[in-house]
Amino acid sequence: MALTGAESDGANVTAAGVELSGAEIVVQALLDEGVEYAFGYPGGAVLHIYDALFKKGGVKHILVRHEQAAAHAADGYARSTGKCGVCLVTSGPGATNAVTGIATAYMDSIPMVVLTGQVPTPFIGSDAFQEVDTVGITRPCVKHNFLVKDVKDLAVTIRKAFYIATTGRPGPVVVDIPKDVTDPNVKVPYVYPRDIRMRSYNPVERGHLGQIRRAVDLMLEAKRPVFYTGGGVVLGEGSAPLTDLVRATGFPITSTLMGLGAFPGTDDQFLGMLGMHGTYEANMAMHETDVLIAVGARFDDRVTGKIEHFCPHAKIVHIDVDPSSIAKNVKVDVPIVGQVASVLSDMLRLYQERASGAQKTLLADWWAKIAEWRRVDCLRYDQGAEAAIKPQFAVETLYKATQGELYLASDVGQHQMFAAQFHPFDKPRRWINSGGLGTMGYGLPAAIGAQLAHPEAQVACISGDASILMCIQELATCSQYALPIKVMLLNNGYMGMVRQWQELFYESRYSHSYVDALPDFVKLAESFGHVGMRIERPGDLEDAVRDAFAMKDRFVFMDVLVDPTENVYPMIAAGKGHHEMQLSPSLSERELA
Amino acid sequence: MRHIIAVLLENEAGALSRVAGLFSARGYNIESLTVAPTDDPTLSRMTLVTRGNDEIVEQIKKQLNKLIDTVKLLDLSEGPHIEREMMMVKVRAEREAREELKRLADIFRAHIIDVTDTSYVIELTGATNKLDAFIDALPDGSIIEVVRSGPTGIARGEKGLNL
Ligand SMILES: Cc1cc2nc3c(=O)[nH]c(=O)nc-3n(C[C@H](O)[C@H](O)[C@H](O)COP(=O)(O)OP(=O)(O)OC[C@H]3O[C@@H](n4cnc5c(N)ncnc54)[C@H](O)[C@@H]3O)c2cc1C
Ligand SMILES: Cc1ncc(C[n+]2csc(CCOP(=O)(O)OP(=O)(O)O)c2C)c(N)n1
Repeated sequence: MALTGAESDGANVTAAGVELSGAEIVVQALLDEGVEYAFGYPGGAVLHIYDALFKKGGVKHILVRHEQAAAHAADGYARSTGKCGVCLVTSGPGATNAVTGIATAYMDSIPMVVLTGQVPTPFIGSDAFQEVDTVGITRPCVKHNFLVKDVKDLAVTIRKAFYIATTGRPGPVVVDIPKDVTDPNVKVPYVYPRDIRMRSYNPVERGHLGQIRRAVDLMLEAKRPVFYTGGGVVLGEGSAPLTDLVRATGFPITSTLMGLGAFPGTDDQFLGMLGMHGTYEANMAMHETDVLIAVGARFDDRVTGKIEHFCPHAKIVHIDVDPSSIAKNVKVDVPIVGQVASVLSDMLRLYQERASGAQKTLLADWWAKIAEWRRVDCLRYDQGAEAAIKPQFAVETLYKATQGELYLASDVGQHQMFAAQFHPFDKPRRWINSGGLGTMGYGLPAAIGAQLAHPEAQVACISGDASILMCIQELATCSQYALPIKVMLLNNGYMGMVRQWQELFYESRYSHSYVDALPDFVKLAESFGHVGMRIERPGDLEDAVRDAFAMKDRFVFMDVLVDPTENVYPMIAAGKGHHEMQLSPSLSERELA
Repeated sequence: MRHIIAVLLENEAGALSRVAGLFSARGYNIESLTVAPTDDPTLSRMTLVTRGNDEIVEQIKKQLNKLIDTVKLLDLSEGPHIEREMMMVKVRAEREAREELKRLADIFRAHIIDVTDTSYVIELTGATNKLDAFIDALPDGSIIEVVRSGPTGIARGEKGLNL
């Protein structure tokens, strides 16, 4: 790989001129990049690098128990901090194991650099031991990838990888490094460029002011406006300007699963999550709105429902850093390409210049309408004192016990949706879940990354009995590094989300969705040196959760036996619009009138 | 509608497979694709012919632009441009057919570039539809083999697609 198109600022370098081997360059580059943790698993092709790590230190290496977890942990670290996650895996099976984690990060635009070992360059293409075409396999699920064939290109390639991963629309970047490139006996002068420019890659920063003005025109005229915000606000550190703008305008706001926490979830202007399992008020507001301001959200099919029914009355403004996100699924009236934080600040300034003092009074009818929808109380459920624990109640108890002072990682399924609905997030980067790929097994390793990043903070993982088994080996990692994570398992004995679909759309034919032969999770946790608890009655839950969080330096596994028949509502079935939500059968028709 | 898109790419290993992968992964239609290094050896130029409605072609262009290796992109169909494709046809050329084929080649300003007792190789450059017309005009059963380069294109006027 030649250095084409990249210029490095030679004046601005660290450790310039020292002679290092490729393996040492990897470690030194991570240090120069300010990397705190690398999540990894050793193997033949990366042994030189592991040896350099051993000798040189500096970067803390976290040994996971499966490479999928290395990627998820790096991802959890990245989501909870905003910094780039890093993992290091060997060639062949190491790389293929990591692919699920890489794809998970890709779908949710998470900045990550994945260093993979590769067979020595002379062996590439010969079906050598533990050879796979890592660049080929990962191409569709990375922002970019590199194969480094010459040790002289190694430092600048790693720098480029970090630059690409963390700028523009973030995403994972794979750097595939053949073993001979890290040969300890081949040393080259080390230069780590601090600034990098690439002629083929110029991410946009500021939005076009004329377009922002047009958006503000629409906002000033709007009678039924809604902000629809997404993961881009979290990724782009847009939470503060968003909150200011929403407060200044007095508009209602709804968020995707990925954007939760960017605007305070307990604020009156927040309508809850929208989409397939969004609230009645959020989805109805989407259906009725006349001006939709989409911010860092990508009009995912879980959010839009049937496109033909999507926001039928609205003019749409869309702010996104990636032009290909705009008008991909839905036609947009005012596209604005730029970083959320800078566009929202410009928007606030222009709005305030022109809004009259009485602007908010224009919205009285709209808020009255929203209040009606809210009265439906779409998330209501009944927790009888003697009944089985409702999963919703378990999530609410978790929230009460921690007062929201929590980083909450999640697996995938009903428990994830209940958490999104019943655990409000007031700050960004507190809700850590796989939305785009929906990867079961994500939660526990992601919590590992978050706990390492925030050693003093409370970190929990909400999971289901099926999901948790997909990366259960990470209980070992948690004991090795004494991570005081709290797992709340909503154990319904089913792949609940699958069971729900089978109940609703396959006439209750529960084909292979019963999770047979579950382990005794308490004993399992104990066998790894953790604390295990089983909680079966609603009356015991609150004390148990408090006890668990009181054990500040222990990993606690709470096996909460929940009602196996509970479904997630509201729900927009496939092919339906926002106004065609299915509500919980326990809410009577009358209440919807 | 048919679009002919020119892309300047970093001349890096794998750049072509990124483009090909993008089209297959997103289910875009790709009619032809040609690529070669430019006068600047660090850059390759690709010409790509695709079909789709406006929204799809817009997405195709955005996705191509998003590739890290893409330096610049121009949809030639949006303005006046020249398209050329090169074709070589090997035809059976015996007895009286030889004269007939030679005349046909002259009419199309094609060149006969290889001759045996029984065959010609005819080279023809032009817009895609001219090449199609030549094939149609050849006597039935005379074609032994056809190879086409796929279209390349350049915008009219003095402005160039470069850095
Ligand atoms: C079981 C299950 C159920 C689900 N149900 C729902 C549901 O009911 N509701 C729901 O909302 N989701 C749901 N999801 C999640 C859904 O699949 C999508 O992941 C999610 O809706 C996408 O969120 P987003 O639009 O915020 O996009 P993200 O994937 O977060 O994308 C972020 C967008 O912001 C842009 N961006 C990034 N950085 C910046 C920046 N700095 N400046 C500007 N723009 C930026 C990106 O280009 C991208 O377009 C569910 C997932 C699962 C697994
Ligand atoms: C790796 C993977 N395989 C399959 C699925 C499909 N899937 C989505 S939710 C779900 C069930 C999850 O069950 P559980 O973890 O017990 O959570 P619950 O829905 O019961 O809360 C399955 C199988 C998936 N999302 N990820």
